[in-house]
Amino acid sequence: MVDVSSATRGDLRLTRITKSYGDFTAVDDLSLTIPEGSFFALLGPSGCGKTTTLRMIAGLEEPTVGSIHLGTTDITTKRPYQRPINTVFQNYALFPHLTIFENIAFGLRRRGIKSVDADVNKVLDLVELPHLAQRKPTQLSGGQQQRIALARAIVNRPALLLLDEPLGALDLKLRRQMQIELKWIQREVGLTFVHVTHDQEEAMTMADTIAVMNEGGIEQMGSPADLYDNPKTAFVANFLGQSNLIKGRIEGTDGDNLVVDLYGQKISMSKNRSHAVDSSIYAGIRPEKFRISLTGTPTRGNVLTGGHIEEVSYIGVSTQYQVAMPWGQELMVFEQNDDGVPPFDKGDQVVISWEPNFTFALRGDEDVEAGTEVAPDDLDEDE
Amino acid sequence: MILMRMSKALSKVKLPYLLLLPGFLFLFTFFILPILNLAQTSTQTPIAGGDTGEYEQTLRFANYIDAFIENREQFARSFIFAICATLLALAIAYPLAYAIAFKAGRFKNILLVLIIAPFFTSFLLRTVAWKQILGEEGFVVPPLRTFGIIGESTTLTSTSFAVVIGMTYNFLPFMTLPLYASLERIDPRTMEASGDLYANGITTFRRVTLPLSMPGVVAGTLLTFIPAAGDYVNAAILGNPNSKMLGNVIESRFFKIVDYPTAAALSFTLMAAILILVTLYIRKAGTEELV
Repeated sequence: MVDVSSATRGDLRLTRITKSYGDFTAVDDLSLTIPEGSFFALLGPSGCGKTTTLRMIAGLEEPTVGSIHLGTTDITTKRPYQRPINTVFQNYALFPHLTIFENIAFGLRRRGIKSVDADVNKVLDLVELPHLAQRKPTQLSGGQQQRIALARAIVNRPALLLLDEPLGALDLKLRRQMQIELKWIQREVGLTFVHVTHDQEEAMTMADTIAVMNEGGIEQMGSPADLYDNPKTAFVANFLGQSNLIKGRIEGTDGDNLVVDLYGQKISMSKNRSHAVDSSIYAGIRPEKFRISLTGTPTRGNVLTGGHIEEVSYIGVSTQYQVAMPWGQELMVFEQNDDGVPPFDKGDQVVISWEPNFTFALRGDEDVEAGTEVAPDDLDEDE
Repeated sequence: MILMRMSKALSKVKLPYLLLLPGFLFLFTFFILPILNLAQTSTQTPIAGGDTGEYEQTLRFANYIDAFIENREQFARSFIFAICATLLALAIAYPLAYAIAFKAGRFKNILLVLIIAPFFTSFLLRTVAWKQILGEEGFVVPPLRTFGIIGESTTLTSTSFAVVIGMTYNFLPFMTLPLYASLERIDPRTMEASGDLYANGITTFRRVTLPLSMPGVVAGTLLTFIPAAGDYVNAAILGNPNSKMLGNVIESRFFKIVDYPTAAALSFTLMAAILILVTLYIRKAGTEELV
C-alpha cells in the first residue's frame, strides 16, 4: 500500500539507465531529470525506447543498469503498486467488469480509503462526464474512455502521471481537442505529467519540455521553441517539422555572426545557433522562414539567387513551393497566403531570402536524411 | 423481373428455416420422441399377473416419490461426488489454464494439444487405467504406504475416492478449455493497470483476473458438473457397491431388473434436479453481468 499524499515528491531522476532484451538494447545509458510540476514529453519514432523508458518509470520493467529516483527515494526496484505513480495506458486498459465509478475508485480503495465518493465525483466533474458514473466502459466512446482513464489515474493525485500515447486511438479532431484539455487539466491539478508520443505536433502543443529520443538515447532536450528553432542534430531538425539543410563552409566571423559560404553565395548567421565542430557545416532553414521574390526585385537579409519554381502546391492557408537551386538541390518554401499576391508559377525565376538569425548550423558530417525516413504515424504498439 | 425478386425475397425468409430443418428433424426423432416416451413410461405400473418387464399406463405419479425415497442415498452421492470432482477439477485447471494463457509463450499451442490428447484414446480405457494407477502395484499406493500417509491395509481402488478422482480426470479438459478461452481474452494491460493502481498480485487476481475469467469458470464448472452428476462409468469401474451413483441405479433398473418405470422416474428427477441447480448457479454467478 502506498500513502500517496505523504509519499515522496520531487523531481524524477533517471541515472544512466540501460535496458537490454538479450542482444537488443532498447534504452542505452539514458540520464534524465524531470522537474516536479512540469509537463514533460518523450518524443520519438517507434522503437526509440520511449515506451520502455516509461514502463521503467511505472515499474512495469526493471532497468538492466542504472537507477531511478523520485525526490530522494530510490524507486528502481519498487513494484508498480509501491510507487506513487499512475499511468494512462495506451488503449486505456479500463476494467471492463467494473462501472466507471468503480474504475475510478479502484486506486483509492486499494489504498484503503473508505469514503471515495467525493474524490471520484470531483474528477468525474473535471473530465466533464459525471452522468456516466454507472455505465460500463464498453458503453463509452473512445474519447470518453480516454477521459475516464485519465480520471482513474489523477484521482490518486500521484507524484507523477505517465501518459503512454494517450491520444493515439482518437481521430484527429478529437485529438486536438484532448490536447488542449490535457494541458488545461495538468495546470488545474498541478501534477507532473510525463507524456510519451511519436506525434511531434502533440508534444509541441502540450509539453513545457520535450526530450527527443532516438535509438535508445536522448537526442536533444529543451522547450518546443528551442528544439524547433535551434536543433542540434539533423534527426531533431527533420523529426520536428521540416528543414532545408544546405551544405556549406564557415568562412570567418563578423562580430557575433558567422560568415558562411553556400555554393559560392555568402550568408550570415548567429554564432550561438551553430553546432558545428569544424568549418564544414549544414546550414538549416525552416521552410516557412524563407521568402520568395522574383529575380530583380529588392530583398533583405540572407539571399540565395538563381532558383526557379519547380513545383507549386496550394493548400489553402499557405502555398508550398519546391525551388530548384543552381547546385541541384530543391528547397522547400512555405508562403502564407495572407498578402493578396497571387502565387508564383512553375518556372518563375526567383531569389530566396530570410532573416539571418533564423539560420542554424549542424555538423557537416551529419546524415541529412536522419529523422525523415521514419514515418511518425507508423505507430508500433509493441515497441 | 418482379417474379424473380419475389422468389428472392421468399427464399430470404425461408433460408433460416431450411438451415434449421435437418437439426430439428434429428432432435425431434432422437431426443424429443424418446423423452416423451420416457415420460410416458415413468408413470406406468406392472400388469397384474403379467411377465417381468410388462407394464401398463396407469398415470401413477407416486412412482416418482417411491423411486426417490428408495434411492435418496445414491441421489445425494451423485451430487456430492459431482461437486467434489468439479471443485477438484477447478483447482487443478485454473492454474493450468492461467499458465497456458499468460506464461506459456511459444509452448501455448503444444500445451493445448496435450490437454485434448487423451481424447485420442477411449474414455473407458482411460478409466480402467486408473484401476492400475491406484492399484496395489501402482505409482500411488506404495509411496503413500512408505511415508505412512495411508495404513498398510488401506486400499484406494474400489473406493469413493477413486470414483471422484476418476471423474476429475475424465472431465478435466472440459474445465480447462473454457477457462483458457476466457483467460486468454483478458487484456494483460488491465492487469498492469491494476498493479499501477496500487493492487498487489493477490488483489489483482481477486479484483481483476478472477472476475474477468468468470464466464470461463461458469462454463467449465457446468461442463464438468452436469455430466459428472449423471455419470455411471467411473462408479462402475472404480467404485464399490457402497459408492454407487444414481447413474448406476438407473442403469441396473433399466437393463438388469427391467424396472422401466422407476428408471424413467429417476432419470426425470435427476434431469430436473440438475436443471434447478444449474439455474440457481447461473443466477448467482450472474454471467450476463459480465462482458
